[in-house]
Amino acid sequence: MKLNPEEQAMLQGELGEPRRWAMEHMMQVGRFFDAEDFVEVTQAHIMADTESLGEAGVAFLERIAARPWHERQVRIPMITDPRGIDFCHYQRLRQTDQMAALEQRTIDAFEAMGILMTNTCINYQTIMPPVRGEHLAFGDTGVVIYCNSVLGAYSNFEGGPSSLAAGLTGRTPRYGLHLDQNRRATRRFRVEHQPQSLSDWGALGGIVGARAGSYWEVPVIEGIESQPGSDEMKHMGAAMASYGSVPLFHVVGVTPEAPTLHAVCDPDSLHPEVVTAADFEAFFARYGGKGEKVDVVVFSAPQLSLLEMQSLAALLDGSKLHPDTSLLAVTSPVVAADARRMGLVERIEASGALVLEGMCFYQSYAREMGEANGWKRLMTNSVKLTNIIGGYGYQPTLSNMENCVASAIAGEIL
Amino acid sequence: MLTTIELKCHVGVGPVVSGIALVTDDNFSARYDLDRINGIFSRPQHKLAGQSYVDRIMVFNTAKGGVASAWMLHEMKSRNIAPKAILFNNVNPILAQGAALADMAMCDRFADGDVTRLIYTGDEVTVNPQIGLVTITRR
Repeated sequence: MKLNPEEQAMLQGELGEPRRWAMEHMMQVGRFFDAEDFVEVTQAHIMADTESLGEAGVAFLERIAARPWHERQVRIPMITDPRGIDFCHYQRLRQTDQMAALEQRTIDAFEAMGILMTNTCINYQTIMPPVRGEHLAFGDTGVVIYCNSVLGAYSNFEGGPSSLAAGLTGRTPRYGLHLDQNRRATRRFRVEHQPQSLSDWGALGGIVGARAGSYWEVPVIEGIESQPGSDEMKHMGAAMASYGSVPLFHVVGVTPEAPTLHAVCDPDSLHPEVVTAADFEAFFARYGGKGEKVDVVVFSAPQLSLLEMQSLAALLDGSKLHPDTSLLAVTSPVVAADARRMGLVERIEASGALVLEGMCFYQSYAREMGEANGWKRLMTNSVKLTNIIGGYGYQPTLSNMENCVASAIAGEIL
Repeated sequence: MLTTIELKCHVGVGPVVSGIALVTDDNFSARYDLDRINGIFSRPQHKLAGQSYVDRIMVFNTAKGGVASAWMLHEMKSRNIAPKAILFNNVNPILAQGAALADMAMCDRFADGDVTRLIYTGDEVTVNPQIGLVTITRR
């Protein structure tokens, strides 16, 4: 890879051991993907929950945090994905003191590097939305696909180590979606059934993601007749990234790089694949369970926006959850503060539900929580969560928010 | 009778390793698919559900979403409950980044076609990521 003098200096350790490690790490990744050089990035966002870090990952971060300030400080604004613990509620969730202690060590290490503990996967709704053409090093696949697709920014999926390396150096290898030629559509989908609820939008993302099935495919979607908002794009993107590892999509007439189909592909060379009402029905049918007892209803993955919190409060007003069913609503610290100020948290929790902030359900020792609380049948409107949570021993059911709430009140899947 | 087959692939990351192959045409995420404590595939829908990945040369079609896999390979290797190497037809950046941190052998983009058909479960395999070469010894 071609390095400028500053990059050479970092690689040779002249700016400290953390930046030397960061350059070496990124050059390995860059060679893997044939990057010719580095591109400067303006923000970094790191996914690093303690369940995935483990003791080894936390110790790795602590070694960097122990270096002198001028060596360990990140060079660009850097923020965090959801944590694994909400310190106000971890005991109620039957997470352990050991989990909380590991979490605190991680937070201490990040803060020692100058990283801002935003603890959110909806930073594009709440913190600093990127602008079109901005090169980034973002973690969390849902964050990346949204920022690439809806905002026109440029980021690859950056796992925690690579996000950290970008934060320490202010750059990332120039490959993948940092190159315009990799942003053209490679698969074309024509929607013949209009998504209505957020779970419908998620299902569309899941269907397209599963068919595309690769990081290196870029779907373009035609036939959307309504104007989707940020939450609709959020659920669709998160599901598409989860089901297909897809980091970028275009929606004709909606997303900025696709004002027309011709802008992102040669229509004659891409045969349209149809997504029908039957495809949606089959998708939901995979996550059934009607009539069964529901142990826990989870709204998470991605964290809820303020508008989703408002919808949830309205659905729960005046109702009590079934005594054998838990309901968790997970949001970002910024949204939680606003929702508390506006009385939404109080309205949600009056039903017996619990509002959690700064965490994400599946990044929070979901297997151990399930075993400790006796949670097996999980209901959600998050298509992304249904895809993930089976690996943690849960049986997921997918439905819209209204039916999830009604089922939590009834204690069984309606 | 032993047969030796050489497969060229793109230059990868990690050290030279040898081991027994476990092959599927399914995809892979450390977050979604594994019981990492016990070292087995745990997602019921995965084609390798219930099987151990410990010390295997794993062969998959591609990687799925889940940024966490980048940390998880490092964590798995620290406890010696990890594959020796992972081979893909096409990998996403997360897994390559994770392999770089974990110093785990990883390669993709095989010149002779679909790697999930070129390598069989039970084959003895040597992976040399630095030159992009996988050698199969088949009995």
